[in-house]
Amino acid sequence: MSEIAIQAPTKEMTVTDDVMINMIGVHKWYGEFHVLKDINLTVHKGERIVICGPSGSGKSTMIRCINRLEEHQQGQIIVEGTELTGDLKHVEQIRKEVGMVFQHFNLFPHLSILDNLTLAPIWVRKMPKKEAEEVAMNLLERVKIPEQAKKYPGQLSGGQQQRVAIARSLCMNPKVMLFDEPTSALDPEMIKEVLDVMVELAEEGMTMMCVTHEMGFAKTVANRVIFMDEGQIIEENEPNEFFNNPQNDRTKLFLSQILSH
Amino acid sequence: MSDQKPTHKLGEHPDWAPPSITIGAVGWVRANMLSSPLNIFLTLLCGYLIYLSVPPVVQWAFLDADWFGTNRDDCSREGACWIYIGFWFKQIMYGRYPDTEVWRINFAYALLVVAAIPLFVPSFRWKGWLSVFLLIGYPIIAFYLFVGGSFGMEHVETPLWGGLFLTLVISVLGIVASLPIGIVLALGRRSDMPVVKAICIGFIEFWRGIPLITVLFMSSVMFPLFLPEGMHFDKLIRALIGVMLFSAAYMAEVVRGGLQAIPKGQTEAAEALGLSYWKTMNLVIMPQALKLVIPGIVNTFIGLFKDTTLVLIIGLFDLLGMIQLVGTNPDWLGFHIEGYVFAAFVFWCFCFSMSRYSQHLEKKLHTGH
Amino acid sequence: MAQGVSNSNRPAKPPIWNDPVYRALFFQFLVLGGVIALGAYLISNTLDNLARQGIASGFGFLDTTAGFSILMSLIDYSEENTYGRAFFVGLFNTLLVAGIGIFFATIFGFLVGVARLSSNWLLAKMATVYIETLRNIPLLLQIFFWYFGVLRNLPAPRDSAMVMESFFLNNRGLYSPRPVFEDGFALISWAFVAAIVIIIFMAKWAHKRQEKTGQQFHTVYASIGIIIGLPSIAAVIAGFPMSWNYPELTGFNFTGGIVVIPELVSLALALSLYTATFIAEIVRSGIMAVSHGQTEASYALGIKPGVTLRKVVIPQALRVIIPPLTSQYLNLTKNSSLAAAIAYPDLVLVFGGIVLNQTGQAIEVLSITMAVYLTISLLISAFMNWYNNKMALVER
Ligand SMILES: Nc1ncnc2c1ncn2[C@@H]1O[C@H](COP(=O)(O)OP(=O)(O)OP(=O)(O)O)[C@@H](O)[C@H]1O
Ligand SMILES: [Mg+2]
Repeated sequence: MSEIAIQAPTKEMTVTDDVMINMIGVHKWYGEFHVLKDINLTVHKGERIVICGPSGSGKSTMIRCINRLEEHQQGQIIVEGTELTGDLKHVEQIRKEVGMVFQHFNLFPHLSILDNLTLAPIWVRKMPKKEAEEVAMNLLERVKIPEQAKKYPGQLSGGQQQRVAIARSLCMNPKVMLFDEPTSALDPEMIKEVLDVMVELAEEGMTMMCVTHEMGFAKTVANRVIFMDEGQIIEENEPNEFFNNPQNDRTKLFLSQILSH
Repeated sequence: MSDQKPTHKLGEHPDWAPPSITIGAVGWVRANMLSSPLNIFLTLLCGYLIYLSVPPVVQWAFLDADWFGTNRDDCSREGACWIYIGFWFKQIMYGRYPDTEVWRINFAYALLVVAAIPLFVPSFRWKGWLSVFLLIGYPIIAFYLFVGGSFGMEHVETPLWGGLFLTLVISVLGIVASLPIGIVLALGRRSDMPVVKAICIGFIEFWRGIPLITVLFMSSVMFPLFLPEGMHFDKLIRALIGVMLFSAAYMAEVVRGGLQAIPKGQTEAAEALGLSYWKTMNLVIMPQALKLVIPGIVNTFIGLFKDTTLVLIIGLFDLLGMIQLVGTNPDWLGFHIEGYVFAAFVFWCFCFSMSRYSQHLEKKLHTGH
Repeated sequence: MAQGVSNSNRPAKPPIWNDPVYRALFFQFLVLGGVIALGAYLISNTLDNLARQGIASGFGFLDTTAGFSILMSLIDYSEENTYGRAFFVGLFNTLLVAGIGIFFATIFGFLVGVARLSSNWLLAKMATVYIETLRNIPLLLQIFFWYFGVLRNLPAPRDSAMVMESFFLNNRGLYSPRPVFEDGFALISWAFVAAIVIIIFMAKWAHKRQEKTGQQFHTVYASIGIIIGLPSIAAVIAGFPMSWNYPELTGFNFTGGIVVIPELVSLALALSLYTATFIAEIVRSGIMAVSHGQTEASYALGIKPGVTLRKVVIPQALRVIIPPLTSQYLNLTKNSSLAAAIAYPDLVLVFGGIVLNQTGQAIEVLSITMAVYLTISLLISAFMNWYNNKMALVER
């Protein structure tokens, strides 16, 4: 895969000792199929984690377990001190604090961009509409498309839509952001504009977990890269080591495939 | 769990069986019937409804039913009396068609089945010709068989036609005849010529806007007025004309849907090759469009097949009409329900199998493209 | 001067019989001429036939006395009234049964459609069986089943099935108590109107308040409270100025109360159960048309399932549901003409049946009947076009 040149982070990105997400011995099955096997992972505040691995290895499933779009059957997932159980209150609590960006944007096509952004603040944070719109406009400026506020998702390009999706998540002022292949449905010229927004977000100290195969992003922004295969975390290292000195044979194979593209 | 010593190498965690509670019959019932308090409630409610409705129906229709006998006295009246249906079976199937001539109808049925089977054999090569035979040749043969009066066959007047036989005649003829009219109307509606377009739209929307029953009234009281003095049409033929025009309008909309689905590039490519309008339509567009609309045609046919029952209102005795008629026989009063259940069963078998077939075709179209 | 020079930058004109423009014109003339000729032929035949059979023409008959009675009427009607009035009796009866049918078919259809998508296997299967059974049986057969098979087989009035001594079901129909309004009832009516006005203002206020402060207000519960509470208070103040006229068995039949004739019951029942199967399928495909990603995105934002349904799923599903739904309403209205088969006095029975038989003026009578249905169809398709244009998603 060709690497997209992205703007280098200008600020020092700090990692703190506060634990944001803690996954302990998590297992998940789809019917008889064992998708996630003994996942143990701790994410600290301010960390930027990139997850990669072959298709079908369970990357999406893992991050979707964190805001319980998928249910795990064994083990513990604790987000900001709240454990995810069948208790709906806990799930609601966690979803408020965890933002997610999807591969296919999933914007609400019947709402204008501004309404897409204000829906959750109004109905979840109980924010007055005026205030929600102010917040939304600020965020649209941050993702550099304030002039599109009155348009509908169908009128925007893919890159613009994904930036709106990021802004929509940020409106809830989340403590963690999850990205599931945010750029893989985009044309190359649009990937950069989305990655730039993500880099800025990292600079501001956002805790991020990102499934992506954009190795340029992983090298410059991530502080840890995780390699998954067959439902397990096989290798976990800081980017330099990970790319230059992979330990596991499967990681080596994967990297050689992905870089030779 | 995390405190257990890993027994496997990194990345070679074996596949474990899921927790027993989530799989097998127990897991299935938990997931599909008891997953939440609301679900438990719904399961109980449904179970109760089934308990209320199914056993009495089974009791009535099967366990307590009378199956064997030859007349009314053999009915115990504890459950359904299917002897009633057996007694009137010939009337329900063929109306008042003479007993000695019923073989002609059966022969036509058999011919249709035998002729239609190769259509469903994928490797059969002359499907086109066979279809032409079924759409044109077969109706002619069937017409001679049913009407008689030649080849030494006794003439059978249409007022004697009835039962399922009449239902099939009206619906099949209605749909076969409406197809060409529908195609012409659909092409007209899509044409660039404003006059032609307006006439076609007017025609289609008129027939689609009125209920079939008014069409049938029209055919029975208004058509005779339209004809010149001395010219007379049989009631069945008048009803058939009405049904045909009515379903042609629906058919036109189905065909139009198919035409719309053909990309514009196809017409342009054909025109670029120098094909005339009619050649473009016949050789390029129609073959593709008709394939797309077969499910729609089948659905129209199902609708028409059900609507055929309305002819009893103008005094033709189709399947339901025959059931109504034998229900008024003084010797057999009080067997309405058996009659309706039987008729419903026959209609259901036809319609359900056809709708399954059309769904199957639709699926094939979606995956085949 | 050679003509070719001045026209050289235009394409050469083909001979007139090969020019597509002229060809099209000629063809259209041909078609139009054919249609007009056919029409003229039919009209002349008809006029001949009418003259020969001595049938009157024109719409004068609408003002003559009908001379027949009608089983059920929403407006005052008796044998002395005109055919014109009989028309309205029939029309209102059609609209009544269509209205009742649409109401129940919609509710039931939505419930069954949602049930078919339920995660509860038993419920989903039951909904499927219901849909697959009833939609494949002719409507007329179902009407007959309910009318001749069930309602006419009910016990005679003396042995009616009864609920709370006030509702009676027998082979003459369904009897229920009729409210009788006494002096002072106006107060309750006014309270009711006031309640509606208050609710409208409250909804506006709640919306404004939410926009300003973000606080939400349970408008629905409050509305229910107001709409029940205000008229009740008014009733107490006025001293319950209303009584019930109960149906009572006198001789062989009931008198008093409201009677719903069995023809109406069976027709409305069959129409709603049959149409509900189609509506259920429409609802199901409408909901399925909203991609799973939409709900997931909404959940991921922390929006609760109820709000997700209201703000994300339903608005999108409705766009898909409403056009085919209105055409089902149209079908139901047209199908209500099957009333004629069980002698429910709808438009087709009263007008296309009795009036036609008595006057013999087939053309006029059937034209009026068809014009009514065509008008309804046109109104509904006009609504559909308007809705589709309004709701079309804005695309690039
Ligand atoms: N709802 C589901 N039901 C059954 N199996 C599923 C479901 N969702 C995913 N799977 C299976 O689980 C495995 C892991 O899926 P997942 O989407 O997490 O992979 P991924 O690593 O994100 O792959 P990709 O790079 O293609 O997105 C795959 O084999 C997939 O087929
Ligand atoms: Mg994935």
